[in-house]
Amino acid sequence: MVEFALPKNSKISGGKTWPKPAGATETREFKIYRWNPDDGKNPSVDTYYVDTNDCGPMVLDGLIWIKNHIDPTLTFRRSCREGVCGSCAMNIDGQNTLACTKSMHDVKDGAVKVNPLPHQPVVKDLVPDLTNFYAQYASIEPWLKTVTPTPQKEWKQSHEDREKLDGLYECILCACCSTSCPSYWWNSERFLGPAALLQATRWVTDSRDEATGERLDNLEDPFRLYRCHTIMNCAKACPKGLNPSEAIAELKLKLVERQM
Amino acid sequence: MSDSRSSMRTPLGRVRNLGASHSGTTDFWRQRLTAMAMTLLIVPVLFVILTLVGRNHAGAAQILGSLPIAIILLLFIVASTWHMKIGMQVVIEDYVHNEKLKLASIMANNFFCAAVALASIYALLKLSSGV
Repeated sequence: MVEFALPKNSKISGGKTWPKPAGATETREFKIYRWNPDDGKNPSVDTYYVDTNDCGPMVLDGLIWIKNHIDPTLTFRRSCREGVCGSCAMNIDGQNTLACTKSMHDVKDGAVKVNPLPHQPVVKDLVPDLTNFYAQYASIEPWLKTVTPTPQKEWKQSHEDREKLDGLYECILCACCSTSCPSYWWNSERFLGPAALLQATRWVTDSRDEATGERLDNLEDPFRLYRCHTIMNCAKACPKGLNPSEAIAELKLKLVERQM
Repeated sequence: MSDSRSSMRTPLGRVRNLGASHSGTTDFWRQRLTAMAMTLLIVPVLFVILTLVGRNHAGAAQILGSLPIAIILLLFIVASTWHMKIGMQVVIEDYVHNEKLKLASIMANNFFCAAVALASIYALLKLSSGV
């Protein structure tokens, strides 16, 4: 059966409260999930205080400040710090989002609670293991597939057809959507999840692609596609404002369309 | 799934696994078809049920003996039990991960829904034919 409680070795217990920075006049409390694969202990939640006068406004600024000034062992992924790379996706204040575009002032009450993306194996602290997520993306073969010999110049596409890719191509594969989806939590090994399905729609929609039918064949499965029950957590979580739920509905529509 | 993350299979191999079953669209379409049918049928069905309230066996048999009423009720039985079967199967597939238990549950679900449908149809035909 599906597991509704955390396994024994994942239960969160205790945690260290680090001292407030000396001389700071304004601080913000951060409660951060910690787990180290090397010490054999269960995960814990550590409490830190960030000097907000010495730190940028975003949650990622806070995390970097903590790493630089309090605890260099705090582990998280980050790169572009401007919502383009998708590396710093994590669960902040109960919502999957990017730490670099989430302002700590938008977290209204009390501490800024930071956890890794839900229901993925944790590598360390806030770093989830997204191997399965990336393999699912690879499985939809996210590249142009054609049979017609490659033209001398570019593959042509009308402005109207190009517009159909808006709302699909912008995905940065941060995994906020897939890891917010209950269907993905229960069946992540078989359900492709909103991110991979959004990209599948992107390639099924592309007017230049000649493998639309094969792509739909590969998706037509009770688990790969039809685990989506239009819960729409994906659309709520997406930090880029995309709607994977709608994209998945388009796939379902196309599958019905080719039967009628 | 029998394949655990500790297996030495590649991640892509695990995702591709047995391939797509090329099914699911029929159930998806039928679930919406039966939902639409029930939406249209629910008002006449409620009306029939309300007219049956307080009547004795002979009175009920007389109402159900009408061909349009019997057909509306038969359609409703078929649509609702079919919808019930698909809906329950989705719930089982979502939450039951043990393959043997899943197969047994889906089998039991099919049997149960077929039994409910046939019992309802039998009862209705028996009443409407006045036997």
